[in-house]
Amino acid sequence: MSQLTEPGPAIRVRDLRKTYHQKQGGDLPVLRGVDLEVARGSIVALLGSNGAGKTTMVRILSTLLAADGGTAHVNGFNVAARAADVRESISLTGQFAAVDEVLTGRENLVLVARLRHVPDPAGTATDLLARFSLTEAGDRRAGTYSGGMRRRLDIAMSLIGDPQVVFLDEPTTGLDPQARIDVWRTVRTLAENGTTVLLTTQYLDEAEQLADRIAILHEGRIVVDGTLAELKALLPPAKVEYVEKQPSLEDVFLALVGGATPTATPTTTKEER
Amino acid sequence: MSNLLGDTAVLTGRSLTHIGRSPDTIVTTAVTPVALMLLFVYVFGGAIRTGTESYVNYLLPGILLITVASGVAYTAYRLFLDLQGGILERFRSMPIARSAVLWAHVLTSLVANLTSVAVVVLVALAMGFRSGAGVLAWLAVAGIIALFTLALTWLAVLAGLSAKTVDGASAFSYPLIFLPFISSAFVPTGTMPGPVRWFAENQPVTSIVNTVRALLAEQPVGTDIWVALAWCAGILAVGYAVATAAYRRRVS
Repeated sequence: MSQLTEPGPAIRVRDLRKTYHQKQGGDLPVLRGVDLEVARGSIVALLGSNGAGKTTMVRILSTLLAADGGTAHVNGFNVAARAADVRESISLTGQFAAVDEVLTGRENLVLVARLRHVPDPAGTATDLLARFSLTEAGDRRAGTYSGGMRRRLDIAMSLIGDPQVVFLDEPTTGLDPQARIDVWRTVRTLAENGTTVLLTTQYLDEAEQLADRIAILHEGRIVVDGTLAELKALLPPAKVEYVEKQPSLEDVFLALVGGATPTATPTTTKEER
Repeated sequence: MSNLLGDTAVLTGRSLTHIGRSPDTIVTTAVTPVALMLLFVYVFGGAIRTGTESYVNYLLPGILLITVASGVAYTAYRLFLDLQGGILERFRSMPIARSAVLWAHVLTSLVANLTSVAVVVLVALAMGFRSGAGVLAWLAVAGIIALFTLALTWLAVLAGLSAKTVDGASAFSYPLIFLPFISSAFVPTGTMPGPVRWFAENQPVTSIVNTVRALLAEQPVGTDIWVALAWCAGILAVGYAVATAAYRRRVS
């Protein structure tokens, strides 16, 4: 087994299969031969409707679930045979913000830092609180946080120990527009610093905003995998149409609550497929 | 291995913080046994012939077991909440020793239950419980109660791992709380009719109660202590094996 770290892709999945055996009888094949490669330092969005198998895939890649067939390597390590090495390389932010509600934000961070054997847990916590604008709330119980704060804390906990690969499973589901933009900014910063990010989402705009590459998971297989431009090129050439500019509800919302100016929303010319 | 110890210590610190922030769980655990103790000593006790001078002395060992049986329900509850909240998933995707999560809950259970037991003993002292037992006998009592707590805790871990609802997680403790009633905990087994007496004399609580009672009363413990230890060790071994297997099943 040549499973050393360098250089290779950060994630390599070959013919991955998973079937759930349901109690009511009947098998539910969720992954039917998934192939995917994620280059180091890139952001890849795994797009798919509810139940498409996105979470199943992330759970297999983060060693929480065993696949039925095929192979998956993360940071060069086979997820089945070298689970401990995989766990050293990754961090997972699941669909529901997994923070300890009884502990304060700071204590949550210190807890993870100590479990990851980081040299200065208290210092790490203070830095991350500042980085995620949680300094003021840092000594309050996480149970009192808003959805956006919990998500920020959750992601901050994931970054402790500088994992090479970060899995974000639907990171902005249930967040308000401002919190969403904050999360997007964090994800971009991560990738700029060389971290590989695999994120799942069911929001097309999120994939469009963040991802270097987009993989669409449909009926258990990756049906398309490419850059946004490549995906667009798959369809008939753009026709140019003149449309009156209407602010989207998001524009209005953000203008009223004084959030950051939204990026890349349609202007006077709108490309249509 | 050093990872297992270090990670268990960190995670135990976490659960102990939980208890420190809701000390009511310690008090709640002690309320039922204290109420039973008041009821039996001041209401029924006068009519019960145990062959000992002080009924509270007779009663306390069984009350302590009831304390532990109701206390471990909180362990199942806390583990269930960890599973539900997703924090367990987070721990499992991190490079930490696999069983550290369970051991942390088990050690926390031990600390919490022994604290509740201490509270109940203090109340019993106020109600006139007295023992001339020496340090060694008290240590033996503490050891047996601790072993009993460990055994029931692994059952609680199993309940917490396999429960579907919060209520389900703690419901397993109801029969355990009831078990001392059909034992030598409240009345001598001699007055019970045949089959009931047979059950009472051959279930784990009676041997444990008799052992603790003998130790506190400075009486010889006889063979009861070996039966008691065998029961505790047996339940512990089975509970540990089944609970860790259930944990691995949940993990993969």
